[in-house]
Amino acid sequence: MTLLSINGVRRKFGDVTALDGVSLDIAEGEFFALLGPSGCGKTTLLRILAGFETLDEGTVTLAGDDLTKVPAHRRPINLMFQSYALFPHLSVAANIAYGLQREGLPKGVIKQRVDEVLERVGLAHAAKRRPQQLSGGQRQRVALARAIVKRPRLLLLDEPLSALDRKVRAEMQLWLKQLQHEVGITFVVVTHDQEEAMSMADRIAVLNHGAVEQIADPVTLYGSPATHFVADFIGANNFFSGTAVDDGLSTEVFGFLPARGGVTGPALLAVRPEQVSLTGDLLTGRVLDVSFYGGLSRVAVLVAGHDTPVLVHQHGAPRVAAGDAVKLGWAAEDAVVVRA
Amino acid sequence: MRRLGERFTLLGPGLGYLTVLMVVPLALVLSYSIFQRGRFGGLIYEPTTENFARLFDPLYLNVVVTSVKLAGVTTILALLLGYPTAYAITKLTPKWKTVALIALVLPFWTNFLIRTYAWIVLLSPAGLVNDALTGWGLIDEPLQLLYRQPAIVAGLLYAYVPLMVLPLYAALERMDDELLEAAANLGAKPARAFFSVTFPLTLPAVFTGCVFVFVPSLGNFVVPELLGGGQTAMVGNLVRDQFLKARDWPFGATLALAVVAMLVVLLMLQAWSARRLAGDGDA
Amino acid sequence: MAMRRVPFFLTYVFLWIPILVVVGMSFNAGDSPFNWGGFSFRWYGELAADEEIRQGLVNTLIVATGSTALSTVLGTLLAVGLARHTRSKLLDAVATLPVILPDIVLAIGLLAFYALVQLTLGLYSVLLAHAVFGTAAVAAVVRTRLATTDPSLEEASRDLGANGFTTFWRITLPSLAPGVVAGALLAFTLSVDEFVIAFFTAGPQSPTLPIVIYSMVRFGVTPEINALATVLLAVTFTAILAAQRLTRLAGSR
Repeated sequence: MTLLSINGVRRKFGDVTALDGVSLDIAEGEFFALLGPSGCGKTTLLRILAGFETLDEGTVTLAGDDLTKVPAHRRPINLMFQSYALFPHLSVAANIAYGLQREGLPKGVIKQRVDEVLERVGLAHAAKRRPQQLSGGQRQRVALARAIVKRPRLLLLDEPLSALDRKVRAEMQLWLKQLQHEVGITFVVVTHDQEEAMSMADRIAVLNHGAVEQIADPVTLYGSPATHFVADFIGANNFFSGTAVDDGLSTEVFGFLPARGGVTGPALLAVRPEQVSLTGDLLTGRVLDVSFYGGLSRVAVLVAGHDTPVLVHQHGAPRVAAGDAVKLGWAAEDAVVVRA
Repeated sequence: MRRLGERFTLLGPGLGYLTVLMVVPLALVLSYSIFQRGRFGGLIYEPTTENFARLFDPLYLNVVVTSVKLAGVTTILALLLGYPTAYAITKLTPKWKTVALIALVLPFWTNFLIRTYAWIVLLSPAGLVNDALTGWGLIDEPLQLLYRQPAIVAGLLYAYVPLMVLPLYAALERMDDELLEAAANLGAKPARAFFSVTFPLTLPAVFTGCVFVFVPSLGNFVVPELLGGGQTAMVGNLVRDQFLKARDWPFGATLALAVVAMLVVLLMLQAWSARRLAGDGDA
Repeated sequence: MAMRRVPFFLTYVFLWIPILVVVGMSFNAGDSPFNWGGFSFRWYGELAADEEIRQGLVNTLIVATGSTALSTVLGTLLAVGLARHTRSKLLDAVATLPVILPDIVLAIGLLAFYALVQLTLGLYSVLLAHAVFGTAAVAAVVRTRLATTDPSLEEASRDLGANGFTTFWRITLPSLAPGVVAGALLAFTLSVDEFVIAFFTAGPQSPTLPIVIYSMVRFGVTPEINALATVLLAVTFTAILAAQRLTRLAGSR
């Protein structure tokens, strides 16, 4: 069932178009991600959903009700700020209780719900501390607790992992996913980090220049990018330019290259490094550099007539050395042709 | 070793100067308060508590109470006027912000006596305020505005209101707007967000502003004399008279110490509120 | 929305009405400081001829210039010393005390001190007294500037072989210049305006301008003061606007 429906939303700041007709639907209980580089409009969209920003055109409905007329403080939507925005003058418990007090709930109920959520985020021992006395990861859990304790219809998370160091990030990622399962709230994560989006979200909308490039689940997004931008932004890719033909791409330098099609006219063929084999028969080249990353080796191959080296991933230790002549190839179903 | 010499060259002259011309004089004031007044205005170096006892003589206690009352009213009015003013300035565009801040400090930089004098011109029976009131038919006879306590409050308020606005403006400008967004997101109406987030976070600045207005108001002797017509004396007038007329320096010093004591109490309150905000208090 | 702006406008009306009245009345041809009797520069003429005011102005300029020079040197050194060479809270407090101490307390302290060392009061006693809060003011302004300069510049200078003095003279001071100028302007304006400390520490033969104004106002309201106020206002306004320009220029460089 569709919970949030965004339809043809436009927003301009002076001459800058932040959102250029964005439409998307988010289902009840979904873990959704808005992914895009900085300046793509994702933050503006998030602020429109929270009610801090107005829109010029379009509609936003939550469970069928027009959301744009509702002031920020009445929306059943809560936000976990990127900076966490914890009140420095209130204790952890008081920060979490703040939103419940605004609902006018009885003291006993508030206390019970605060204790519950503190238990859930593992901070029962820190209830009386000030935010300044907590670590980054702890602060984030307080910010999250403060938002989920309100039991919102929709929880927005603004770059939830960006401020954390690598190790804590991995833990948090897992934990957020589990938490979403347990509380059953619809999560919308806004992020510029494709790994963050891919690893957590059920579905991802990729935004660029204020418009939606593609909405899909992570596997589809990775395997079948719909546009050049998506193919380039998510994961590593090798690109060849030419004209789309049946079952592949026709190029001037390399002739026909096989791939899944669907488009016509000038196009790009995108193939992932791990799908390229060093024992094919499509291209010939010379190994430029080999680097070993433990479980994987990255091989850069210089192909005459192609201006950037072709990247190839091999499992395990490298089986070629710099200077070796190699032949490259891939299966047609592993490459995709997108509009140029 | 080289660092030590450098440190001495940098810190020595300034601290030496302030020690001789501030710390020593303050120590003198402190010590005078426990000595007795000599017959011809000199000092008798015999310790006494008599000066402190005299503070509670109804004659002087009355002056102290009146001073605290007038300075207190001035401070409250300055806060009521200054807080919304500072808040409104932060909402202006950068260009107008600069204009507003300059327009705020320019009167403050004009000579204090002239600013006080301007109020004589305004409040006197033939002055502008009475002219306006009779002109609009609100009153028939000119009111006696000058030489009354409200005139003193007006003069003190006029002198020190920028000192209330500036720290409040600085604190409000530093406020993280995201905290207010967070409050709204959690269901707080704008007014509630203000009283539960903005105000508590600017409380140290409120105290700073109050110190900046209250303490100099208490020690001011020019405004009570010129606008109060000498009918209402404040602590500042007493101190001046003890030093320049009665030549009772020990008692004058004791009165000045009472002002300093109030300053210290207020500063401690300010430090306490700032510490509480920083979260050092309850760990 | 409009209601919320009321105190804001009230504050500015309150601050500016008296000033506008004084300036307007300075061009009054009549004898009364209250009633308009036509436009004239009459009171400016009387002001220019007033020997007492001229002497007060000269005294004030001597005091302000001397105390500013002293304060600028002492305050700048003190600011660098406090920011880079100590973490003592006590020294910090000593350097900021003159700013928060009620003027009358410092005034009687200095009077008592001058009496103790049997110094005859004159102009220099005011000059020395004004340098107390001047030093604190310069130190405070320079320190805010220091807080935004990068200490690693000084470390780089030392690393490249410069000694402490060269580093201070070639690196620290130039980067502080806008702060030093702003601090000096502040000390000068504070000194020109200062009345209470001057009132207690000036010799009877050497009144500063504020003391002259005080005695004039005390003996009744004369339109001449309106003219004097207008001249002082014009000077202060120009100085403040110039300082504003100067710091903006220095900041943008």
